[in-house]
Amino acid sequence: MNRQALDAYAQGLDDAVLEAIDVGARSGVDKRLETLTEDYDDPDALRRLAGLLRQHTLDHLDGYLSQVEKRLIENGARVHFAATTDRALEIVLDIVRASGTRVVTKSKSMASEELDLARRLASEGFEPLETDLGEFVVQLDDDHPSHIVKPIIHKTRRDVARSFERNGLGDYNDDPETITRRARAFMRRKFLEARVTITGANFISAQSGRVALVTNEGNARFGLAGADVHIVLAGIEKVIPGDRDLALLLSLLIRSATGQRMTSYVELVAGPRSPTQPSGPREMHVILMDANRSSIVGGDMAPILRCIRCGACMNSCPVYRQSSGHAYRGVYPGPMGAVLGPLLADGGQDQLADLARASTLCGACGDVCPVDIPIPDLIARLRARSVKNQLTEAGHGVPPMGIYSFLARHPRLWRLVMRLGWIIDWIPLRRFPVPTARAWFDSRTLPRWRGGRFRRWFRRTERQRSRG
Amino acid sequence: MMPPQPVPWGKVLVPNRDPVHGKRVQLMITCLCDAFFDDAAQAALQCLERAGCEVQCPRDQTCCGQAAYTAGDWAAYRQVVRHVARVFDDPAPVVVASGSCAAAMFHEAPMAFENEPDLPVIRALAARTWELSDFLVNGLGLAAWPGRLDARIAIHDSCHTRGTPTIAAVRTLLDGIDGLERIDFPDSELCCGFGGVFSVSHPHVSSQMGRQKIDKVLSESPDYVVSADMSCLMHQQGIAARQGRAYPIRHVAQVLRDAGGLP
Repeated sequence: MNRQALDAYAQGLDDAVLEAIDVGARSGVDKRLETLTEDYDDPDALRRLAGLLRQHTLDHLDGYLSQVEKRLIENGARVHFAATTDRALEIVLDIVRASGTRVVTKSKSMASEELDLARRLASEGFEPLETDLGEFVVQLDDDHPSHIVKPIIHKTRRDVARSFERNGLGDYNDDPETITRRARAFMRRKFLEARVTITGANFISAQSGRVALVTNEGNARFGLAGADVHIVLAGIEKVIPGDRDLALLLSLLIRSATGQRMTSYVELVAGPRSPTQPSGPREMHVILMDANRSSIVGGDMAPILRCIRCGACMNSCPVYRQSSGHAYRGVYPGPMGAVLGPLLADGGQDQLADLARASTLCGACGDVCPVDIPIPDLIARLRARSVKNQLTEAGHGVPPMGIYSFLARHPRLWRLVMRLGWIIDWIPLRRFPVPTARAWFDSRTLPRWRGGRFRRWFRRTERQRSRG
Repeated sequence: MMPPQPVPWGKVLVPNRDPVHGKRVQLMITCLCDAFFDDAAQAALQCLERAGCEVQCPRDQTCCGQAAYTAGDWAAYRQVVRHVARVFDDPAPVVVASGSCAAAMFHEAPMAFENEPDLPVIRALAARTWELSDFLVNGLGLAAWPGRLDARIAIHDSCHTRGTPTIAAVRTLLDGIDGLERIDFPDSELCCGFGGVFSVSHPHVSSQMGRQKIDKVLSESPDYVVSADMSCLMHQQGIAARQGRAYPIRHVAQVLRDAGGLP
């Protein structure tokens, strides 16, 4: 059948996977709604404010970035600008090599997924350890995260128990507490061995240089406690103007992501160990990664860079829920991934341009976005761009619009077609070799053709009236 | 009463619209009513007349162009929208028998014209475009639609009416009808999977979403599934028919007309 890759992928999925995703996504949707509506009279006003704040930062990103750099250097950190993911990887490797460590702990970071960092560290002979429990399971299974907040949303606890068993972490046991305890026992040793720890950044304050990190497992904190060197890897869009903006953004991020009021841990790290901050790593490196982001700033797709990676859009997306995060083929799945994925893809947007087709434009994602990104509009704009740039792959299964738009501009012809359309009632369209017709008729019928009838009725009524 | 739709933060997409003066309106029946659902178009016209409007229905109207918008062929889309703007160039309100087509005209069209010289024309069209129920309630100021119809109905809110006044307006009108019982069904806020060209570029995902939708709707055995949009209903009914299941669909206008009410 002539259709999109994501659709074929979705059809091949196991029912167990679909159910796991549906359960995970639903619980995200419900909890988010509950805390937001309980806590705020007008959560919509808050997200509009957050949207303005994020957009303001993007509109003045150059200024805020140099401010961040200045503050961090004053705080004793080293700042690196990486134009590409390759450059970011080189910087990480240089720092890790210089430290003399073998084990590297790493907390959850979507930016690091853009570099495929854990695999790349391993192939360079290091022993990277994903310390977020979900990411740890992803690493054990040599899998990829399928959700930006719940990386193993596609797995059941039975899957996790089996992979622990395979990897020598005890006999089969699918009790979540047992699984967690085993992971903890395994990780604890590594935390003490690792001299380097890598984190992402949820936000970086331009006012103070503070890096905000949210986790529920305390793994980022534990990494910082054990390591001599802290590497922060963050996209350049993670900057926010000041510390007080954290109140708004963390409140929305956490409620939107997990439905909690606050995660178990929020770290604010301003710099390495110093007389005023006597514990923690001795070195802190902040890598600010561009990786095609600057090509988005200032253009009509810029609002996607407001994204604070809460995952609410994918939880609420019926297409994501039917197809899983892996169907999006890249680092970022779901509605935000359908926009950001193609825009960040190296070698231009054509690699993942078809993702913009993976939406009914139903608007659920835009409704829940805590930073007011008009995601459906951005998806539609990407479609328009791919048609304009003649990215034919992206148009797979999309019928051409030429004849339709011609008819729609020629009313006499249109009326003729309306009158003659009844012949489709007599054509076995289901068996017709027209891909579009097949795609429709395989699972649906069409109502009986009644073209022209309203128009006849209307003319008759008007004539009767004019006769009085 | 339960909120109509558990949308936490509806985004209000409706632009500032021109106030309604007089009773003259232009009816846009939409391409689907033109081709398949003539009775819905007729009902829309009859509702407007019962509400006291003088209804014009321009003969040269065709389609709002949305198919080309969702397909991404915005050059073709703009050509169709320009035709719409020519056909409906009268300053009277344009009342559309579909929430989706109305939203396309007041939200999508101005976006696709943002770099075009005739943007002001399209903006002016957007400012006088209304979905039917929205127009009856918020344009004409009807507080209820009196009448009687003994039926249990499930309302399908089309995604394109998210955040527009249509969702509340439909309920305002239907709730005034004696004997009409509105029934809730699970996951009513989820898209049914139609999505225009999405239904043929992603046939599996689209029909899965549709199957889940009709299962949920039919679990409450409504007499009618009612919507301001025939497009969603056509897709849902098409899936039900393929499964050999009855799926009685009605446009909101058909329900209002059949309930009688208003002189």
